[in-house]
Amino acid sequence: MDLLNINNLRIEFPSRHGTVVAVDDVTLKVQPGEVLGVVGESGAGKSTIGNAVIGLLEPPGEMTGGHVFLKSKQIDTLGAEAKRKIRGRRIGMIFQDPLTSLDPLQTIEQQLVETIELHLKLGEKKSQERAVDLLRQVGIPDPETRIKNYPHQFSGGMRQRVVIALALCAEPEVIIADEPTTALDVSIQAQILDLMRRLCREKQVGMIIITHDMGVIADITDRVAVMYHGKLVEEGTTAKILGNPDHPYTQSLISAVPRPDIRLKRFPMVNYIEAESVRPRHIDLATHWLGKSRDFEDVSGPLLSLKNLVMTFVTRHSIIKSRRKTFNAVDDVSFDIAEGEVFGLVGESGSGKSTVARMVCSLYKPAAGEVNFAGTDLTKIASESERDHFRRQMQMIFQDPFSSLNGRMKVMDIIAEPIRFHKLARTNREVEQIVTDLLDHVGLGAKAAVRFPHEFSGGQRQRISIARALATRPRFLICDEPTSALDVSIQAQILNLLKDLQEQLGLTMLFISHDLPVIRQMCDRVGVMKQGKLVEVAATEDLFEKPQAAYTRELLDLMPRLDKLSHEGLEVEKA
Amino acid sequence: MISFVIKRLLQSVFVMLAVALIAFSMFRYIGDPVSNMVGQDTTQAEREALAERLGLNDPFFMQFGRFVVKAAQGDFGISYKYREPVSHLIEQRLAATLELSFVSAILALAIGIPAGVYTALRPRGLLSRAIMTLSLVGVSLPTFLIGILLILFFGVILRWLPTFGRGDVVAIGWWTTGFLTVSGIKSLILPAITLALFQMTLIMRLVRAEMLEVLRTDFVKFARARGLPDRSVHFIHALKNTLVPVITITGLQLGSLIAFAIITESVFQWPGMGLLFIQAISDVDIPIMAAYLVLIAFFFVIINMIVDILYYMVDPRLRADNAG
Amino acid sequence: MSTTDYLEKSRLRRFFEGDVWYSFTRNPVAIVAAVVTVGMILAALLAPLVAPHDPFDLAKLDIMDASLPPVWEAEGDARFLLGTDDQGRDILSTILYGARISLVVGFASVLFAMVVGIILGLISGYVGGRTDAFIMRIADIQLSFPAILIALLIDGVARGLIPKELHANISIYVLIFAIGVSGWVQYARTVRGSTLVEKNKEYVQAARVIGIRPLTILRRHVLPNVMGPVMVIATIHLAIAIITEATLSFLGVGVPPTTPSLGTLIRIGNEYLFSGDWWITIFPGATLVILVLAVNLLGDWMRDALNPKLR
Repeated sequence: MDLLNINNLRIEFPSRHGTVVAVDDVTLKVQPGEVLGVVGESGAGKSTIGNAVIGLLEPPGEMTGGHVFLKSKQIDTLGAEAKRKIRGRRIGMIFQDPLTSLDPLQTIEQQLVETIELHLKLGEKKSQERAVDLLRQVGIPDPETRIKNYPHQFSGGMRQRVVIALALCAEPEVIIADEPTTALDVSIQAQILDLMRRLCREKQVGMIIITHDMGVIADITDRVAVMYHGKLVEEGTTAKILGNPDHPYTQSLISAVPRPDIRLKRFPMVNYIEAESVRPRHIDLATHWLGKSRDFEDVSGPLLSLKNLVMTFVTRHSIIKSRRKTFNAVDDVSFDIAEGEVFGLVGESGSGKSTVARMVCSLYKPAAGEVNFAGTDLTKIASESERDHFRRQMQMIFQDPFSSLNGRMKVMDIIAEPIRFHKLARTNREVEQIVTDLLDHVGLGAKAAVRFPHEFSGGQRQRISIARALATRPRFLICDEPTSALDVSIQAQILNLLKDLQEQLGLTMLFISHDLPVIRQMCDRVGVMKQGKLVEVAATEDLFEKPQAAYTRELLDLMPRLDKLSHEGLEVEKA
Repeated sequence: MISFVIKRLLQSVFVMLAVALIAFSMFRYIGDPVSNMVGQDTTQAEREALAERLGLNDPFFMQFGRFVVKAAQGDFGISYKYREPVSHLIEQRLAATLELSFVSAILALAIGIPAGVYTALRPRGLLSRAIMTLSLVGVSLPTFLIGILLILFFGVILRWLPTFGRGDVVAIGWWTTGFLTVSGIKSLILPAITLALFQMTLIMRLVRAEMLEVLRTDFVKFARARGLPDRSVHFIHALKNTLVPVITITGLQLGSLIAFAIITESVFQWPGMGLLFIQAISDVDIPIMAAYLVLIAFFFVIINMIVDILYYMVDPRLRADNAG
Repeated sequence: MSTTDYLEKSRLRRFFEGDVWYSFTRNPVAIVAAVVTVGMILAALLAPLVAPHDPFDLAKLDIMDASLPPVWEAEGDARFLLGTDDQGRDILSTILYGARISLVVGFASVLFAMVVGIILGLISGYVGGRTDAFIMRIADIQLSFPAILIALLIDGVARGLIPKELHANISIYVLIFAIGVSGWVQYARTVRGSTLVEKNKEYVQAARVIGIRPLTILRRHVLPNVMGPVMVIATIHLAIAIITEATLSFLGVGVPPTTPSLGTLIRIGNEYLFSGDWWITIFPGATLVILVLAVNLLGDWMRDALNPKLR
């Protein structure tokens, strides 16, 4: 007898443009004490499965086929009240964002006790004892006092522990966790996964983990179901799916995962999901527009040299100077980047790496220090028109593909804006030619020019961003987490594109990421940042093989272990 | 808590000073205060003596300072039209306006909040749709027109209720109340409904919008996923979170009732401050206008303080932090 | 075809294919509201052409026609569809002319408030710091007084400053100014809020990295992205402005009786309410309510259509 049995599930979302089948004929089974991973990229329909099982599918979503059995008893046909009694009591749910999952106006005791009293009918005193006990089980120190606190008094990781405690209140038989660690930092992610795995074994709970993250899958699951466009393409033990996948989608998905242990030349087989509309052509700088009139100063030393850079933010405003509170987001950072080099900057959120990038391109004015670019200290430039000369040479690619393009402008105008501003073309006709050519080079094709950003997917938008950055014919490119908002296969495509362009155009790059495996694929040298300070700078391979600083070793230890993943078709680059 | 109160107090003082500056500038620079106070046959020498006595030749900040000190003691000078101290005129009418506003506020809250909650919880229900449609008619009906229609229906056609004045009032010290006589209460009904209706629809729509917003949040979804019954999700988790933003705006809205009373008072000839003010505008009786402005600002500041303290009590995130 | 040509053409096409137009065609209430609004605006604008009488031509007024009820009443006169007032003026015609004044004042003050509010909001949001604190503090103080009180005060001050004989001529401008000033805060706050959000979006940073100057960024990038909520506010504000104008005129401090607006007509009629001549006040009142209701319904629909998460 299966603990939970989802049979031929079909979920539809009727809309103005026709019915969208979010989940199509999906069958899943979970046994007690087992962790089943449901993996897929955005739009695969994986989250709606969880909502359908507990009867909280949001309208207009509708379950139009299939059955759900809990210990052989069919539950999808139950009435609203009977379904409610199953929720929390027999099937628990954990959501993605611990910051918004708790009622901010109630103490966690009130929330725990309410749930316990409801399901277990224990009475107040017993319920309180159980609440404290639950908090202890999920690893909250000093639970007797902390239970009186409000959610805002806990950190993100601690709140997710509270959420897990709430899900466990009534000893449910099944727990469905929807991206439970996506909103957390890597170090906390590992702890929460350990906790969930331990509780699952101890209490013999059947768990479904819905995630996009192969690291989470490799870390915690026993079996994996791979979803693609609402369909279940492959299911099996974790070792089998990761090590020897059968379906071409699974193969391409796994080959697109950046490996922490090897450096690839390119990502192979990544066109399964979103094929490029045109194959990017090779750019020959001798004849191409991008190579024309590169009237840049020759540099003898490094192209970019940061000296003792400091950035201060005021955290408490006050008229009285002594009462003002400030903190240094970037504290005494110095490094050089040679021409043609890709320099990586890595660190956890809040480490100051993006602030460095924003100072380099003059979005922020440093509190102290120098930004020397091609021999000129950019912080000393007073006039805007003089600065324009350097702006042309230095462009930036941003993180969020949905906010980095102005939704009110056509792609043509978005890419033409820098060309027109820096007067890089004489006629409108020439501008249009350059734009269509750039679109070809980033794999979108000329037809993209007449459309608006919202008509493109995240990966395609990131290609538009890259085309816009190239439009000033820069020699230096800053990439600020350019793929962290993208699905893994799209990420592989964009990283391939950036690699190709870097080689063909001889670009110098500052590549910022929180993701060490990505850094390993992209960078020649790496700087590690922690709380505004640069703790280590080393050649990439040296950093991964022989880390010097304690913090670097800590970060490397926290990387997901992906050694179970198939190496099929990968071409390793020798250092 | 103490630094919070001090900060709020300082802000309030700043607002009062800004309003006082406007009021003073009106008083000093619109028209000539001297010629407004004396008759046609006053000689030039007498005029200058009066100007000197009023301190009109002193430097600006000295005059302003004196204005503030006097205003703080309730002295706003003498009305150009009535030749009586403004404070006396306002004192006679304050009770009428406050009683009207108070009843209207209770009415608006007592009906507006439940109606808003109901329409948010049953967005597709028949009654909800009816309430929403009515509320839209409510915001589209100018207050004075509501008054006229009520007068026409209940006063002229049915002849049930009086259509002007306060009826019989009982004096308690300088305060006069209409609550203690039948005719006083009867007279209050139509004006109170008129004044409350617009605020009621606003509060209702605000509560509905906020509640719908809260019902979409993750913690409500998580509460449902834990199997909590609708009763608890709606009234323990959603409603309390709805009230946090509602308190602020409702406070401001209720404050504006006192000023909105201008219209109601002039439709029903209600002998309150609003009626005094509207007559002052027609007569360019600047001292009354200035005093009214300062008084409204004062009420606003008081209400704001109460709102802030309420806010502070409801939302634990504002209380002393000891995050761990 | 030049670049701007295809841009304009497809922008129109984009609108008709977009969700906003779709939601409009599926919403009968919005369609009716739009038809009523447009119809009333046209009728008011064309008042001299469509009105059966010229109520302000003293030579054509006949005191014998005074206080006639509407045609369907026993004493009605076929010449006067909705009856006449105490001076023998045709109610229908005075309503058409009155609506004209109401709409002109409404639109002009909305435009005034919108321009002032957008400019101050953009500056406040984009520049930040002390400028922002200063503008927003003024906005806060003003917000503590209802719009009607601000408008009354401005009107009162204007009466004190402007000589009586001049006042009648320019009172309509004073009114537009008064209602406009009383309404700018809403726009400024919304635009500021949206600007703060848009300013930190990466497309604005991208424009800064390219080197685009702040004014161009505000005009080309920020402004188009904050116009959605502004249009919603403007529609709702139009309803409020028309009500405010009517209220001021009703209180006797709005437009002079020589050029009556709907509010003035209601005020005049109100004096005859007790004598049973209900039509003098009810018809202008109904016109006012229908107009405001139609505009409010449009605004309501627009807010929902532009804010899909609230549906």
